[in-house]
Amino acid sequence: MLILQALLSGLLNGGIYSLVAVGLTLIFGVMRIINFAHGSLMMLGMYVSYWLFVLWGVDPYLSLIASGSVLFAVGVLIEAVLVSPVLEAPEHDQLLLTLGISLVIENLALFLWKADPRTVTVPYLAVAPMVGGIMISSPRVIAFAVSLAFTAALYVFLRRTDLGRAIRAVSQDREGALTVGINMRRIYALAFGIGCACVGAAGGLVVPFYAVDPYVGGVFVITAFVVVVLGGMGNFGGALLAALIVGLAESVAAVFIPAAMKQIVMYTIFVVVLLFRPQGLFGGRRA
Amino acid sequence: MPSQYVIHLAVMILFFAYLGVAWNILGGYAGQFSFGHAAFFGLGAYTSTLLHIHYGVSPWLGMVLGGLAGVLLGLGSGFLSFRYGLRGPYFALVMLAFAEMLRLLFETWMSKTYPLGLPIPLKGTSLLDFQFKDKGHYFYIVLVMLIAATWLCHRLARSRIGAYWMAIRDNEDAAEALGINAFAYKLLAMAISAVLTAMGGTFYAQYFLTLEVNELFGVQISVEILLSAIIGGAGTVFGPLVGAVALQLLSEVTRVYIRAFSGFDLMIYGCVLILVIIFLPQGLLEGMRRPYRALVRAVARA
Repeated sequence: MLILQALLSGLLNGGIYSLVAVGLTLIFGVMRIINFAHGSLMMLGMYVSYWLFVLWGVDPYLSLIASGSVLFAVGVLIEAVLVSPVLEAPEHDQLLLTLGISLVIENLALFLWKADPRTVTVPYLAVAPMVGGIMISSPRVIAFAVSLAFTAALYVFLRRTDLGRAIRAVSQDREGALTVGINMRRIYALAFGIGCACVGAAGGLVVPFYAVDPYVGGVFVITAFVVVVLGGMGNFGGALLAALIVGLAESVAAVFIPAAMKQIVMYTIFVVVLLFRPQGLFGGRRA
Repeated sequence: MPSQYVIHLAVMILFFAYLGVAWNILGGYAGQFSFGHAAFFGLGAYTSTLLHIHYGVSPWLGMVLGGLAGVLLGLGSGFLSFRYGLRGPYFALVMLAFAEMLRLLFETWMSKTYPLGLPIPLKGTSLLDFQFKDKGHYFYIVLVMLIAATWLCHRLARSRIGAYWMAIRDNEDAAEALGINAFAYKLLAMAISAVLTAMGGTFYAQYFLTLEVNELFGVQISVEILLSAIIGGAGTVFGPLVGAVALQLLSEVTRVYIRAFSGFDLMIYGCVLILVIIFLPQGLLEGMRRPYRALVRAVARA
């Protein structure tokens, strides 16, 4: 029963990881930039949702639209002002830049909202039906379903629309995309914005069951890195599958080992995959 | 007689300059950016302190042993990373992962025996125990450490080894094609950088006399170690000193004049990092040299 419960919650967590990781892998696939600030941006999304709920009583699922849009705008802004000047810089400079961005966002949040964890209590979500001895947490189920829906929508957007095809073209061949007249700067801004919107929406989705504090992003960003590396950097479908695998592995491992060790398992997977299979389980760079 | 406050500020400047020099050997010269130097730092601090508390080993000897532990860790993590060809951001992130793994291990280990942090027994002023009531003594110790590390860095940079490092940094494949054993030279840089950083950990432990796992192995210290080198100028002998002076003074000034809150200095560091990467990727030292060179040229022309 314990294992079944672990499998279920692992699967549900995996859905959320997929949305976080898909944003990260999209940014990497298109811009070749590892966004170290991804977790901080998720934290920002969580606060947007939290404050909308506390100040105006907006339902967290309604404010998904807000957290997603705000983060899209923040992403486009960050790309235009900070990231675009370093697109041609050495890779480690780009990583340092996003590290700087995350330092600023995290500590600004600490200044504005203090370190105490904050939770949102939504009455209609308090019900947790038991099915065959397994507790089903409704906000987690909703988060899972909505995450997968968003991921699927993004997939269709990338596959079927002209804009999506342009984004994929840039990710596959920069020079080729430039030759056929794709506006690179616009695509970069869009990709970064969409990547941030994903993580903003994911932030909104976890707020009903996950306390938000300025450092909460650190927890998710490491998981997202593990997922993205495991799925193959830049590989969209790979990220989705890897997210479910990581979610399952994490919660099954939690049954057998203490909580602090759970994170060590995560880092170990990360290191082992980077060392022995850097292209990931499913190969990289196929947005 | 300067006040203890001024001495403390001076110690912090020299100390972060020292750590910056240590990081710079691997990051600035050999071109391998590590985001996880906290691993060496914390390991050095805990090695000397635990040996001191449990076996009465003088922290001076502990510093050397901690340095050796750092070298072993450096060779181990370096062997794995370089053997499997991790470069650029991937190397940076793997080092971060190593540091975080050590942090979690030490946290699990220490939380049972020392839940409130590991205190070093106070002995007043004792040379053998590496403890001084007057901060001035620490100033001279860290000054000697900085001078020694800078001299070492300067000598290495001008030697054949330094030339190899810079060749690897600028184009690893080309360096290998010329017959340079990139793997071995990267490991060498890692070992030197690790031993210096671990010895810095012991100094930090003896200066503050209490150890907190999250402080010593945390991401924050990894970031602070690389910042002075990056801000001042990676791959220059005096860059870390310039960076440390700028960062520590800036954080002190903002602490005094702006309503401070925990994390404020990190926010400032983040801003400085962003500005430097965008506008002065070569670092402040280069930024200072540029107008000087322009002046020299103008004078020469006149």
